[in-house]
Amino acid sequence: MEDKKRTILICRGTGCESAKSPQIQAALEEKVQGLNVEVKFTGCHGMCQQGPIVVVEPEDIFYAHVKLRDVPKIVESHIKNDEVVERLVYEDPTTKEKIPTYHDIPFYKRQKRLVLRNCGQIDPENIDDALARDSYAGLGEALKMEPVEIVAEVKKSGLRGRGGGGFPTGLKWEFTQKAAGDVKYVLCNADEGDPGAFMDRSVLEGDPHAVLEGMIIAGFAISAKQGYIYCRAEYPLAIKRLQIAIEQAREHGYLGKDILGSGFDFDIEIFHGAGAFVCGEETALITSIEGNRGMPRNRPPYPANEGLYGKPTLLNNVKTYANIPLIITNGSGWFADIGTENSKGTAVFALTGKIANSGLIEVPMGVTLREIIYDIGGGILDSKEFKAVQTGGPSGGCLPESFLDTPVDYDSLIEAGSMMGSGGMVVMDEDTCMVDVARYFLDFTEKESCGKCVPCRIGTKQMLTILEDIVEGRGKPGDIDRLEELAHGIKIGSLCGLGQTAPNPVLTTIRYFRDEYEAHIYDNACPAKQCKEFISYHIVDSCIGCGLCRRNCPVDAITGEQKELHHIDQELCIQCGECYEVCPPKVFSIEIHTGEKSTEPEPVLQVVTG
Amino acid sequence: MDQFTFTIDGQTITAEDGMSIMDAALANDIYIPYLCHHPDLEPVGACRLCGVEVDGRPMVMSCMTPAKEGTDVRTNSPAIYQARKVAMELLIMDHDMDCLACEAADDCDLLKVSAYLGIQPEQLEGLRPLGRQLPIDDSNPYFQFDPNKCILCGICVRTCNEIVGLGALGYINRGIETVVGTFGDKGFVDSICESCGECVVRCPVGSLAPKKPQLAAREISTICAYCGVGCGIHFGVRGDEIVSTRADRESPANRGSLCVKGRYGFNFINHPDRLTTPLIKKDGQFVESSWEEAITLVADKLSNYHGEEFAALTSAKCTNEDNYVVQKFTRAVMGTNTIDHCARL
Ligand SMILES: Cc1cc2nc3c(=O)[nH]c(=O)nc-3n(C[C@H](O)[C@H](O)[C@H](O)COP(=O)(O)O)c2cc1C
Ligand code: SF4
Ligand code: SF4
Repeated sequence: MEDKKRTILICRGTGCESAKSPQIQAALEEKVQGLNVEVKFTGCHGMCQQGPIVVVEPEDIFYAHVKLRDVPKIVESHIKNDEVVERLVYEDPTTKEKIPTYHDIPFYKRQKRLVLRNCGQIDPENIDDALARDSYAGLGEALKMEPVEIVAEVKKSGLRGRGGGGFPTGLKWEFTQKAAGDVKYVLCNADEGDPGAFMDRSVLEGDPHAVLEGMIIAGFAISAKQGYIYCRAEYPLAIKRLQIAIEQAREHGYLGKDILGSGFDFDIEIFHGAGAFVCGEETALITSIEGNRGMPRNRPPYPANEGLYGKPTLLNNVKTYANIPLIITNGSGWFADIGTENSKGTAVFALTGKIANSGLIEVPMGVTLREIIYDIGGGILDSKEFKAVQTGGPSGGCLPESFLDTPVDYDSLIEAGSMMGSGGMVVMDEDTCMVDVARYFLDFTEKESCGKCVPCRIGTKQMLTILEDIVEGRGKPGDIDRLEELAHGIKIGSLCGLGQTAPNPVLTTIRYFRDEYEAHIYDNACPAKQCKEFISYHIVDSCIGCGLCRRNCPVDAITGEQKELHHIDQELCIQCGECYEVCPPKVFSIEIHTGEKSTEPEPVLQVVTG
Repeated sequence: MDQFTFTIDGQTITAEDGMSIMDAALANDIYIPYLCHHPDLEPVGACRLCGVEVDGRPMVMSCMTPAKEGTDVRTNSPAIYQARKVAMELLIMDHDMDCLACEAADDCDLLKVSAYLGIQPEQLEGLRPLGRQLPIDDSNPYFQFDPNKCILCGICVRTCNEIVGLGALGYINRGIETVVGTFGDKGFVDSICESCGECVVRCPVGSLAPKKPQLAAREISTICAYCGVGCGIHFGVRGDEIVSTRADRESPANRGSLCVKGRYGFNFINHPDRLTTPLIKKDGQFVESSWEEAITLVADKLSNYHGEEFAALTSAKCTNEDNYVVQKFTRAVMGTNTIDHCARL
């Protein structure tokens, strides 16, 4: 029996928890009793599709898809007999290679984890774990500095807001510091309303102390006594862990009166948001904390001068705050060395879509889209062709292959017609209809518009209706120009960022995939063969007559004798694609045609004699 | 108050501290199109029509931006026109344009701005009708609310908050579904609304509109007869019939506001049952009489009573002066302190 001390880390982020990781932890704890093993849980590792994830240290072994019934095997084989359980080891989805050690997995090897430094490494509900990895060291140093020195450090670091806008953080701190007023507030934006985004949630669940520490330093720098974290109520685990972290920080003297004997008082409360996307917009967020309907208001005045309850208010994103302790402990120079000229530090993305490895990643600013998609993401699923990548959440732009070498930083993405946003990255393959993608994103922003201003409230709906018409076969000549005109009107006319950016997916898809729009409108075709109105399914001669499609068709549109060529009745077919899915891959007898329906009414047959 | 100058479209304008660009423009007869602005209310910048260029900065909302000394403001540019045109086309496509059937057709800001921008029906081709058909709330006896005409300028919501101080109105839902409504989306009549109609008079379109309004031929300015506040009121008349009311913005008593009675309670004036002369009961029957006869009768009878045999109850419909005289009479002439007033209820 091996006697070396081991630690087993069980991921208990939201993804793994829903796949029963708490039960796995309990079972492991029971099984290792009497052994020299510590069982701990951690926050998210970022590869949720591999979950539940169990890591064994010091060997750095990464077990994926662990089930409750695998627990005895891990303990018997790995812990007691030093034999790694090959079957549970991570398997690269593209190469099918088994990669046992955590830090050899390509998904992690190319990343630079600053904001996510402790996610997956510490028990987020135990402050001692965080302290062992230098949490609150930055606070200790900050309290020895003058507030103006802190602001100067943040300015020099070049850190820009991670909530999407990319406003220079140091400048914002300076404005709030200099704003006149005795009462000031520090707010943390943890609303994270973008569909598919879970960067902020992972930080809050995996390393809540980093955010608290950043906020306390901010409070000291701008002379605030109270902070609020605006977190959506749909994040119960994040709220719970934050609450525990706040209590533990109070017990340890990092929050409350006379923090670490410095004479500085500061406390933090959590405010539960009701889950409206627009409440992530800073003025709507503030209005919402004040107890009103979350609707943005005109700026100026900016929150730095007139924010919560009309007082000077500093509002930053979760990840912005999580960067602060690192900047204070390692110095602004160290931070400014990471990234590009105008975008310093790292970017955190939720990489999703048709990509081999989806998940949460953190990379230095300036890496290219290609490196993210191919080196970290492992390329496109099922060896399909890459078509586009959408960055920046629902209001980001869709960039085609020619932009794959664009460096990921605030300015390059804006220049390309997209944006950094708060960090969504959706990869699309050849089977994606770009008109439908634009429709999908607009459907989200249209519903989330707060309703205040005309261009956004009615304009997004008008654009959505036109897009729906196009994908459903009712597109008209002139629609593309009309969409562009509306998009520009909405962009310049809207009050807040929601309206100002909502047309981006439409504008970029028109700019880079105009032919797809034209095909829908003029040729009755959907080049990606996705829009039902424009496609038909056909069985070709290679059909072996197995009857699978016939039995699976929900509307009995397929006929044919066993072992004979089958046939689809186009009148009955509803284009559900079931036959295409079930036809055995070796046979592959179903073809999808598009652009065959004529725009003109069927000509009347004439019988010509003589 | 400090004054300063700046230019609008090259014209030098004198403005006072605290004025927005819009305030200064309107005070100098320079029109900037708008729908959500109202001089009585805090600006919100919701309609996005009043954008102007300030020192080359495109699209600053003039209602929300303080006028500043020495700045160069342009009320139009190709980009601004384009943004206004798009916003207006969108509003029209989302509006029930049955203008002939609309109570506001003679005074509709939507039509006004549309005419200013020169919006033509042809240019709406290609835009899709959004075809929303929401139920009309006609629960209030005096006015109705048609959400299909609402442009969500928020003037009614702000009026109820800022002027009436009641907060009966707010926004419900998000996106295109956003509507103005009462708490819990109950009808006006089941809400805390007091039917004062302050929102109705400010609605720039026909969404909040009085029921069956009639256009007056001329106006007569007077004092509301309902109570002692003495609100200034303009009665709109046709012949000798009162068909509308309008609050007097100049009156120090009400500064442009009215209550439900003053605004909607005037039809008693032409009512056949209305008493126009005193009545005296003779042989069990009320008989019309002159004021002199009536006053003499009352005075004669009162002279038979004194002190605690007498009590007076006056009305809130009397003026303060009337009420003063009655209490003086009660105490000095009738010799009792037993005097009260219906407004104590
Ligand atoms: C519609 C809309 C939604 C937003 N949602 C978020 C959000 O969920 N989280 C966030 O940090 N910032 C969000 N923002 C950006 C905030 O308004 C604000 O710029 C940001 O929180 C400032 O923090 P930063 O400087 O650290 O980035 C949103 C903005 C808009 C217009
Ligand atoms: S742009 Fe949209 S979300 Fe923003 S204030 Fe206007 S209506 Fe509301
Ligand atoms: S009802 Fe009238 S005043 Fe109220 S928001 Fe609608 S249009 Fe504006």
